[in-house]
Amino acid sequence: MAAEIGHLSLWVALAASLVLAIFPLIGVHRGVLAWQRYARPLAWLQWMAMTAAIVALGYSFYINDFSITYVANHSNSELPLGYRLSAIWGGHEGSLLLWGWMLAGWTALVGLLSRSVPLPMVVRVLSVMGMIAVGFLAFMLFTSNPFDRALPWFVIDGADLNPLLQDPGLIVHPPMLYMGYVGFAVAFGFAVAGLLEGNLDPAWARWARPWTTVAWCFLTVGIALGSWWAYYELGWGGWWFWDPVENASLMPWLAGTALIHSLAVSEKRNLFRAWTVLLAIITFSLSLLGTFLVRSGVLTSVHAFANDPSRGAFILAFLVVVAGGALTLFALRAGRLSGQGGFKAMSRESFLLGNNLVLLAATFVVLMGTLFPLLGEAMDIKVSIRSPYFNAFFVPLTLLLILLMVPGMMSNWKRQAGKPLVRRLLWLAPAALIGGWLGARLPGATPWPGTLALILALFLVFAHLDDVVRRALAYNQGLFAGLRKLTRSYIGMVVAHCGLAVLVAGVTVVSFHETERDVRMRPGDVAEVGGYRFEFESLSDPVGPNYQSQKGHFLVSRDGRPVTEMNPEKRTYRASGQVMTEAAIDGRLMRDLYVALGEPLGDDAWAVRIYHKPMVRWIWLGALVMALGGALALSDRRYRKPMGGVAGEQA
Amino acid sequence: MNRPDRGELRRQRGVSLWVFLPLVAFVALAVLLASGLGRNPEELPSNLVGKPLPAFQLPSLLGERTITPASLRDQNWKLLNVWATWCPTCYVEHPYLLQLAARGIPIIGLNYKDETDAARDYLANLGNPYSEVVVDHDGQLGLDLGVYGAPETFLLNPEGRVVLRHAGDLNERVWEEKFQPILDQARTGGEQ
Repeated sequence: MAAEIGHLSLWVALAASLVLAIFPLIGVHRGVLAWQRYARPLAWLQWMAMTAAIVALGYSFYINDFSITYVANHSNSELPLGYRLSAIWGGHEGSLLLWGWMLAGWTALVGLLSRSVPLPMVVRVLSVMGMIAVGFLAFMLFTSNPFDRALPWFVIDGADLNPLLQDPGLIVHPPMLYMGYVGFAVAFGFAVAGLLEGNLDPAWARWARPWTTVAWCFLTVGIALGSWWAYYELGWGGWWFWDPVENASLMPWLAGTALIHSLAVSEKRNLFRAWTVLLAIITFSLSLLGTFLVRSGVLTSVHAFANDPSRGAFILAFLVVVAGGALTLFALRAGRLSGQGGFKAMSRESFLLGNNLVLLAATFVVLMGTLFPLLGEAMDIKVSIRSPYFNAFFVPLTLLLILLMVPGMMSNWKRQAGKPLVRRLLWLAPAALIGGWLGARLPGATPWPGTLALILALFLVFAHLDDVVRRALAYNQGLFAGLRKLTRSYIGMVVAHCGLAVLVAGVTVVSFHETERDVRMRPGDVAEVGGYRFEFESLSDPVGPNYQSQKGHFLVSRDGRPVTEMNPEKRTYRASGQVMTEAAIDGRLMRDLYVALGEPLGDDAWAVRIYHKPMVRWIWLGALVMALGGALALSDRRYRKPMGGVAGEQA
Repeated sequence: MNRPDRGELRRQRGVSLWVFLPLVAFVALAVLLASGLGRNPEELPSNLVGKPLPAFQLPSLLGERTITPASLRDQNWKLLNVWATWCPTCYVEHPYLLQLAARGIPIIGLNYKDETDAARDYLANLGNPYSEVVVDHDGQLGLDLGVYGAPETFLLNPEGRVVLRHAGDLNERVWEEKFQPILDQARTGGEQ
C-alpha cells in the first residue's frame, strides 16, 4: 500500500512541476497576475507530494516490504533500523528520489523566503526549478522508479545494503552532498530568470547570493564527509583518490567557489554580470554532469555502486536540454549585459577575476582528467590518468590561488595603489621564516613545494589576522569595539580563507610526513611506527547484528606511557558474504594512528597495516572551517533586510 | 568618425563571439559524452578480441622467472587481471578474486605501473589469488593491451586468445552476466 501511495505521489509531483514549469511563466509574459500567483502554491504541492513519496519509501524499508524491488535490493531483515532508513538513498532509484525531494524543498523555500523579491522574478525562478523537477521526475518514473514491485516472484529476504554503505558517515554524506548539488539549482534558476528578464542588477546578485552560499556550504561539508568516509571505511588510509565520483563533486564545488566570488563583484560593483550568470549555469551543469558520470556507467569508479548505461542516455539528454538551453539563452542575451563602470588593472576586481580564472582552470583540469579515458578512447590513445596528473596541476594552482587571495582581500575596489599593498605584503617574510623553520623541524625531508605550501598557508592566516585588526582599529574605538563592528560577511570571508590555510597545511604535512608500515603480527608481537609502540595483545570473535567479526586488540604506548587501545576488525556480512575491514583510528588534532587488519596469514598471525598520519584531521577541519565561514557570511544582516526598489541599492 | 565606429563594431562582434563560446564547448562535451555512451568502456576495442596476447618478456613478481605469453599457455581457460596497489577499486575487487581462485579458476595477475615491494606486501597482506604475476613496471604491456586504468580483466581461452575484456571491478554480478555464459558455452560446446 505504501508503495502505491509513494508511486502516486510521484505522479502528483510530476503534474505539479509540469504546471509550475509552464503556466506561471506564461503568466509573467502575458502579465496575468492570477497565473503568477499559482507558482508558490504549486511549489508547495510539489514539495508535499515528494515528501509523501520519500516517507512512503522510508516506511517500506521500515516494514521490510521486500516485494518492492528497490527495498529487496538494498535492505535485509537483519539490517539495523538506522541503516534500513539510510538505505533510502543507498541505491540509484532512492538517491534520485532524495535528489527530487531536495529540489522540491529548495523550490518551496525559495517561494517562502523571497517575499522581498518582485513577484515576476520569483515566478521565473520557481518555473525554471519546476522545469528541472519535470526532468528528474520523468527520469525517475520512466527509468528508475523506486516503487516498482517484484510481484509475483518476490524474495523472502533482502539482498542487504552494500556493507560499504553500512556506516554512520554514509547516513549523512549523500544528503549533504545532494543539498549542495541541488542547491546550485537555485543559483541556476536565478541566472536563467535574470536572462529571461534581461535584468541582472546588483539586487539580482543579492537575492542569488545567499542561496548560492548555502548550497556551497552543504557541498563543502558533503565532500569533506565523503573524504573522511573513504579514509576510515575503505581501510587503506587515503583521503582523496581523484576517483571519477569524487571529481564529480569537486567540479561543481570549484565552479561554485568561483561563482560565490563573482557574485560578490556583481553585487558590490555591478560588474562581471555575464560572467556570473555563466558561472551559475556552469556550476549547476557540473552538478548534473556529476550525476551523469556517476549513474551512466560511462566511467567506472569505486564509489559508483549502481550504474547502468541505459540510464545514461536519459541523463545526457536532460543535461543537453538544461545546460544547452541555458547556454543558448545566455548566448542570445548576454551580449546586452556588459558591465558599467570600470576598474584599474590593480584592484580588488582584478584579483577576483584572477581567482575566478584559477578556479575555473582547476575545474577544467579535473574535468579533463575525469573525461580523458573517454577522450582517449575517442582518439584511440590509451592512457590512465592518476594522481600525478592531478597533483601536477593542482598544487601550483592552489599556491597561485593563495598568492592572489591575499592581495585581493587587501585591495580596494576600483583601484589599489601599489606601494601600500606591497608594504602590507611584507608579512611574507616572517611567515616564510616560521614556515621554513616548521618545515625543517618536521621529521623527514620536506621538498620545496611542501615548504612553500606551509609558508603560504601561514602567510594567508597572518595576512587575514592583520587585515582584521587594521579594519577593527579603523573605527577608532579600540580593538574590541571595532571587532564587533565588522560585518558578518567580512568575518565569514576571513574564516573561510583561514579554513583553506588549515586544509592546505593538513594536506602538505600528511602527504610528506606520514609513515605507513605493513607487518606480520601475532598476538604478543610489537611494532614501532612513527615513534609509537603497537602491541598486538589479543584477538577475539564477537558477533554483530548481521555480521561476524574478528577483532584485534592493540595496546599503544609512547616512551613507555600508554596512549590508547585500538580494536581493528575484519567483518564478514552474513547476507552477502562480503568481507569488510573496519580500521581502528585514534584521532587527535596533530596526528592519527590507524590500524587495519589485513588477511589472516595462518598460525594466529595477521597482516597488519599501521599508519601514523600527522595532521590528517586538518584536512576535514579546514573544510568545516570553510563551511563555517560560509555560514557566517550567510548570517549577515544585509540579506535579511527587506529591499525596496531595485535601483536604490548601489554599494 | 569612421575609425571609432569600426572599433565599436569589432568590440560588438567580439562580445557576440565570446557569448557563443560556452555553448560550442558544451556541445563538444555532449558529443564526447554521447560517444562514450555508445562505446561502453567496459567492452574491448574489437581489434584485440580473438587475438593472442601481445608479445612480451617480463619478470615475475613471485619468483626469479621471466614470463612470456608462451610460458602462460596450459590448455586452461584463465583470467588476466590488471591490478596495482595504487588502485582503490582493486582493493574492493580483491576478495572476489580470492573467491574465484578458491573455486579453481586460474588467474594471472598483471601488476601495472606499480612499486614491486608494495605489490608483494599487498599480496602478503590481503592474500594471493594469482597463480602468476607479471610485473609490468613501465606499463608497456598494459599499453599494448589497451589498458586505461585498473582493474581490468581479460578472459583468455585455452589457446591463449583474448575472448573478453572487462574494465572495472570484477564481482558476482559481472561474473554471472559476462564470464560465466562464455565458460558454460565452451563447456557444452566441448562435450558435443
